[in-house]
Amino acid sequence: MSSIRVNPDGLSVLDRPNSYIGKTVPRPNLDRLLQGRGLYVSDIELPRMAHVVFLRSPHAHAKIVSVDAVTAKEMPGVIAVVTGKELGAVITPWVGVLSHLKGLKSAPQSAIAVDRVCWQGEAVAAIVATSRAAAEDAAEHVAVAYQELEAVTDMRTALDPATPVIHASLGDNLAFERVHDAGAVDQAFAVSDAVVEADFIFGRHTGVTLEPRAVVADWNAAEARLTIYQGTQAPHMVQNIAALHLGLREAQVRVVCKDVGGSFGIKVHIYADEMATYALSKLLRRPIKFVADRVESFNTDIHARDHRCKGKIGVKRDGTITAFEIDDLTGIGPYSMYPRTSAIEANQVVNLVGGPYTSKNYRARARVVFQNKNVMCQYRAVGHPIACSVTEGLVDLAARKIGMDPLEIRRRNLIADDAYPCASPSGLRFEQLSHHASLDKIVAMMGYDALRAEQATLRKEGIHRGIGIASFIEVTNPSAAFYGVGGAKISSQDGVAVRLDAQGSVICQTSITEQGQGSESLTAQIVGSVLGVSMDRVRVILGDTDVTPYGGGTWASRGAGIGGEAALQATKILRKNILDVAAVILQSTPAELDIVNNAIVNVSDGASRIELNELARIVYFRPDTLPPGIQPELMATKHFVPREYPFAFTNGVQAAWVEVDTETGFVKLLRHWVVEDCGTIINPQLVDEQIRGGVVQGLGAALFEKCIYDERGQLTNANMADYLVPMSGEMPDIDIGHVVSPTRESELGAKGAGEAGTAGAAAAVTNAVNDALSPFGTIITEIPLTPQVILTALGKI
Amino acid sequence: MKAAAFAYTRATSVDNALELLAVHGERARVLSGGQSLIPAMNLRLVAPEMVVDIGALAELRGIAIRGDTLLIGAATRHADLLTSSDIATCVPLLAAAAAHIAHPAIRNRGTVGGSLAQADPASELPACMLALGATIVVRGPGGERRIAAEDFFTGIYETQLAAQDLLVAIELPIAGKGSAHFFQEFARRHGDYAITGLAAQAVLDGAAFADLRLGYFAVGDKPVLAKAAARLTGVTMTSSVLAEAGDALSRELDPHEDQEATPAMRRHLAKVLLARCVASLLNRPDLHTGGQA
Repeated sequence: MSSIRVNPDGLSVLDRPNSYIGKTVPRPNLDRLLQGRGLYVSDIELPRMAHVVFLRSPHAHAKIVSVDAVTAKEMPGVIAVVTGKELGAVITPWVGVLSHLKGLKSAPQSAIAVDRVCWQGEAVAAIVATSRAAAEDAAEHVAVAYQELEAVTDMRTALDPATPVIHASLGDNLAFERVHDAGAVDQAFAVSDAVVEADFIFGRHTGVTLEPRAVVADWNAAEARLTIYQGTQAPHMVQNIAALHLGLREAQVRVVCKDVGGSFGIKVHIYADEMATYALSKLLRRPIKFVADRVESFNTDIHARDHRCKGKIGVKRDGTITAFEIDDLTGIGPYSMYPRTSAIEANQVVNLVGGPYTSKNYRARARVVFQNKNVMCQYRAVGHPIACSVTEGLVDLAARKIGMDPLEIRRRNLIADDAYPCASPSGLRFEQLSHHASLDKIVAMMGYDALRAEQATLRKEGIHRGIGIASFIEVTNPSAAFYGVGGAKISSQDGVAVRLDAQGSVICQTSITEQGQGSESLTAQIVGSVLGVSMDRVRVILGDTDVTPYGGGTWASRGAGIGGEAALQATKILRKNILDVAAVILQSTPAELDIVNNAIVNVSDGASRIELNELARIVYFRPDTLPPGIQPELMATKHFVPREYPFAFTNGVQAAWVEVDTETGFVKLLRHWVVEDCGTIINPQLVDEQIRGGVVQGLGAALFEKCIYDERGQLTNANMADYLVPMSGEMPDIDIGHVVSPTRESELGAKGAGEAGTAGAAAAVTNAVNDALSPFGTIITEIPLTPQVILTALGKI
Repeated sequence: MKAAAFAYTRATSVDNALELLAVHGERARVLSGGQSLIPAMNLRLVAPEMVVDIGALAELRGIAIRGDTLLIGAATRHADLLTSSDIATCVPLLAAAAAHIAHPAIRNRGTVGGSLAQADPASELPACMLALGATIVVRGPGGERRIAAEDFFTGIYETQLAAQDLLVAIELPIAGKGSAHFFQEFARRHGDYAITGLAAQAVLDGAAFADLRLGYFAVGDKPVLAKAAARLTGVTMTSSVLAEAGDALSRELDPHEDQEATPAMRRHLAKVLLARCVASLLNRPDLHTGGQA
């Protein structure tokens, strides 16, 4: 690990002798999870709890003529069969728009479809029964008469006059359009020595969490309170939305989020079937459980990435990139998702293309259209894989056109490491990035020259290997600029409360959530380090709106950077408060004392003066022995939100080494490297594994994953046999390196790391495959890179 | 994803299982390893009224040599094919194929008889049975029938098994002197059903094939014993002989289209497999096409 900027303030609160920062320590929650004592939503059983199954539309677009549930209602165990109209009595529809995404429009969406279904998988009725099996039995006897309507499935023709408009009230199928023009693009292309264009195609895919979406909603009529148990990334957002649409005050809704089996952005949204479950609990006045099965997960969990993007790059003979231009098109399903909207991914593509490079000439258009497919929305590394694949694909094409090595063209165009702060042509502000240090590091890690030599040797034997490089930037630590300014009640600040208990242990409540990435661990590491107590004395409580401070949760690579800083600042206050009272007890001054290894010690000689548990005993049980007027506060709360920069950008570079069997079209991933810069690293292992996990999801997009719809809007591979998630057998070794440029926005200096792996993996692999295929004079700009796609490109079939 | 309600009986003997099947007929399904039946039931693609579990029948499990025949009990697990020394010695093709059947957890439960009775055209074992010239032993109301593998598979998920029948064993000729085998499949991921695969059993005579049986799978609605193999036996192998056989193979196959491949791609991959098979069995790297990936 190399640091390109040292903390100018010298020894910080994080550099204390017993610091856990920068150390790989076991997660506090490991034993609990490994011993099977995790508590997932599907583990929750409440008295009188019923199970809901949603009958879902088999059609992509149809009028609901009638719903006949007479037989189903009489079946054993059935409690109720509820239609969209009936449920409308307790829950209002919503519209997924944000005011800062100018012109974004969408239609009202109901918890259960009323009159019309707009995608295959939309719920048309809820069957509530004493067991899931009984509800499924009854669902087979609910007769729905549909009148099929023409389905809009091809995004390329969605705006054609001949194509039906899905929501007549909106006038057309255009949900959102953004145009951006910076610098002098036409002039730049005119003075270029070469201009290269390509059409990039990205398969629609989804997150495939190990644990499906699940909710238990418990309306307690006596208390007039709704408790929602849900695996969500944003408990306070769920609280706000549920209250809003059920006609409740937020204080009447408690959201409890225990263990979550993977989220990846899938569980940061509000889904219609979840809303229906809350409403059913209120309607039926009993706890209702909904657990999506795998088929409905594929049909209703948000999809992402279905983009077609025309790209254009200008370059001079010396390698100078003169301009980027893109025209991006994406189809998002029939509704903009709530409340974060489905325009964010296209908006991000516009924001991010060309981002690592110095060229100031950039023109972009992005159009977001409605279609009769499942909804699309934010999934891990929102927009980044598209922007990175387009940018890095174009850079490689430009390099090839002028006969320059892919590394060299990047060296000549990446923003210099000493040029910060600066801004991108789309207006993004960069505090401190390290593209060149990162590139140098990855070149050394991969042994670039040796790989090139190996490639040349093997090519003579008919073995085609390729190297792909992809530099990237990543949005992390979002401020209110992401959602708050658009009117969404999604907090960008997070809060942490820490208190010393009566035996000198620490209880920490944080508003960030844990979905497996290690929020609990990083919080305990920060609290333990800043306070001077061992981690085993720190208990972290997350995911309960009745208990934790108010905050955003864990998404957009914000947990460590924002929630971690709140933990740091809260603990600093607690530390000061402890030292104040210690000074009184010890007849010393706070400046002469420190907390090390669970005890108050002298700063001068490190001698132990009083154990924390003894201090706590005095404060809590013998305050009478303290001097008059001394009222210790052994609990402290702080909140944090970045204010200087809307986003803390991180950067990095990925490299792929692949082999293509040109007879079969199969790609073998031989090795993958990542160097990234997330600022201060709290737990190296957690960061590295986050990166690796992200890379694997990016490799899934590159080679395997695709939601395949037919022309009638039927999802044809909604199962784990036909939808190919990346598995260990195909994954290469993934080597991770770091450059560390801490953000000065916080004392912690941490930026996000959760999405960097996903951002650049597909771009690196695509570039590597094209490098391998360079003797064949073919360029592929479509993912996933299936054998069919490769054999077709090679003219073999 | 909960199965519809069903009755369950654990058969106490093969005779008992046959009695149960005779009573329940089409309304019953046999549960062996459960790796196909249970997911299908959970997806409510099938809803048998009665499940007859043959999992406890030790008489159906095991591998034994009977003279020049190897006998495999129908309930023998895929995992057993990988560890059995008799398989390794007598029909090593099966061990090679078993390594490609799904994943260890599935191989630990799935059974040879179950796979053959299921007759998924993309699965490995039916094609192996064709290549090996297996005999499928079936018991039913009329007693025991012994059906050649080439006749056993009749279509997608379809075999000569009637509702009252139980597949009880497989008989395989033991590989003799000069025997060689080749197994390869193209699947997007390890353990997936193949896009196209080949199980081949050969008898070598010096640098030529004295016999060659090519069992293709995932190239149509049932496994195919390629007639094109005849063009490769008893001849001096050259690239043009191989190319002609490949063309004949293309004409002979009638592959289906699915999300993984068009018929043209399946024909192409079948030809690639043919070349790689011949190159491997005859130790002729010059005939191998393409890279290693």
